[in-house]
Amino acid sequence: MSAADASMPPGRPRRWVWRPRRLTREEWRNLRIGLAFISPWLIGFLGFTLYPMLASLYYSFTDFKILDTPRWVGLANYVQMFKDPLFWKSLTNTLYLTVVGTPLAVVVALGIALLLNTKGIRGIGVFRTIFFLPVIFPVVAASILWLWLLNPPYGLVNQLLGMVGIHGPGWFYDAGWAKNGIILMTVWAAGDVVIIYLGALQGVPRSLYEAAEIDGAGPWVRFWNVTVPMISPAILFNLITQGIAAFQSFTQAYVVSAGTSNSGSAAAIGGTQNSLLFYGLNLYNNAFRYFHMGYASALAWFLLILVLIATFGLFRISRGRVYYEGEE
Amino acid sequence: MTTTSLRSESAARLDAGVGRRNRGIGRTLSMLGLIVLSVIYLTPFVWMVSTSLKTAVQAVAAPPVLIPNPIIWVNYPDAFLRMNYPRALLNTLVYAVPCVIGTLLSCSLVAYGFAIIKWPGRNLVFVLVLATMMLPGQVTLIPLYVIFAKLGWTNSYLPLILPCFFSSYVGSWSGAFFIFLLRQFFLGIPRDLVDAARVDGASELRILFQIVMPLSMPAMITVCLLTFIDKWNDFYNPLIYIQDQTLFPLARAAQVFQASHKLDWAQSMSAAVLVSLPLVILYFFAQRKFIEGITLTGQKG
Repeated sequence: MSAADASMPPGRPRRWVWRPRRLTREEWRNLRIGLAFISPWLIGFLGFTLYPMLASLYYSFTDFKILDTPRWVGLANYVQMFKDPLFWKSLTNTLYLTVVGTPLAVVVALGIALLLNTKGIRGIGVFRTIFFLPVIFPVVAASILWLWLLNPPYGLVNQLLGMVGIHGPGWFYDAGWAKNGIILMTVWAAGDVVIIYLGALQGVPRSLYEAAEIDGAGPWVRFWNVTVPMISPAILFNLITQGIAAFQSFTQAYVVSAGTSNSGSAAAIGGTQNSLLFYGLNLYNNAFRYFHMGYASALAWFLLILVLIATFGLFRISRGRVYYEGEE
Repeated sequence: MTTTSLRSESAARLDAGVGRRNRGIGRTLSMLGLIVLSVIYLTPFVWMVSTSLKTAVQAVAAPPVLIPNPIIWVNYPDAFLRMNYPRALLNTLVYAVPCVIGTLLSCSLVAYGFAIIKWPGRNLVFVLVLATMMLPGQVTLIPLYVIFAKLGWTNSYLPLILPCFFSSYVGSWSGAFFIFLLRQFFLGIPRDLVDAARVDGASELRILFQIVMPLSMPAMITVCLLTFIDKWNDFYNPLIYIQDQTLFPLARAAQVFQASHKLDWAQSMSAAVLVSLPLVILYFFAQRKFIEGITLTGQKG
């Protein structure tokens, strides 16, 4: 944090040891005012983040059916988790969505952004509006819409495929294809990723391309050696945010499951043969259908650990491959 | 990374000519690609509106019919009444509007505390704010539900609105993100203005409300818009807290409507249009603000 360094008094070497320093009267006053201003966040952080986090960690070691008091069971929930076939099913479903869907969305969005960034293109505002529209479109409405578009016999997608002689898949009714339907929706709604890339692309100095062109670099070489390094922070950012979103995806799968199941709404949701049972759905089923709050808390904490590992992993892998301006 | 070009000037000029011609072809190809992609991206919307105006029979016709014949306008009032649209809209607004106000107020106060007032330790605390953005909402969900259930607040929007006033709601965006966004904007306000007001004896709160906030209108509007669409589209939280059908927001009402009219695609599409139309209209009026907000998101990367 360069800002943190700047606020340190000059001449004093930075130490990792906590060295309490006498605050001046002025600093005390600012501290009081500063804390008063951030107090909404402080209270919110303690009440709506820190306490619930610690409480769910505690619940994860208990048998807790919401109405009665939690009963300590040690690691039983975690042991049960690793033995639960639905847990593994939900984990592999979610990993598929993350590992296949996220890179696909991030690459397609980059393609669109590159087209939009072509020098001298007209109507960029219109195109941007079109590609961003699915982002603000309510997820529920989009899910209902795609449920219809991907309806196996009557939906537009399979009818169009049929016209060119392709027998379309069963999409949400086929356990092997359901997740691809969700991925299709994700790619369609990745307009925010496009906008973030476009911002990054517009920040790449023209002089770099011109210099590369004078050196005889073709478009392909320019893309890999100028564009990609210069926008690498945006690529990393999009991979992380889209990856985290994929890991927590819920609404599309819920709407699709409820819209394709033949049983009543009381049944647990998860799509055809649990093909859409994502991590968040499994957690929801356990917490709010079966009220296994202890077990669901264990699932939540495991999710947190997975997200942290994946994020730090991405940062690690990207170290030295992501270029930040102002860095030598 | 650049090496000096050793080629003659004439060769470079020749290259530039080729480059210009290539750029012309490149521009045409890009344009073509964008038009094809736009058609693909818009087709679902066109199909939604087309289906919504068909008879249930024509909706499933093969080959598909683009222009409905006859046009069944009555699908809209039907869906409108059957999903109890006015009530669902009211529920959505009862949820979204207080959230917008709470988020704007609390996040502005907090952002001011991080941007304008210099206090020891503020950078450290700010890092903590940013770190909370990474937390999956599920980690805090269950204990909060337990508390609110014990308070008897389920089947009301209080559990969903209250966190907004403490800049700590979690959704597609989060309170922490809005604090970040506003802080970035506040940092760009000339210090002289703030200092001059202080010399004149204005309190910090007054500086926030009368100087900093009016100068930060673009950022405030972005916060309002993003919070509003996030709440309008929120499905997960109302699903958990609201069991009473009459209290369902639009998103949930539309889902229930579709699930109970599985075979009537014309009506389901009418419902989808009705739920999204106000937001789409808002988007067309304020799209620049939306896009500015998203561009800002990328800058934290």
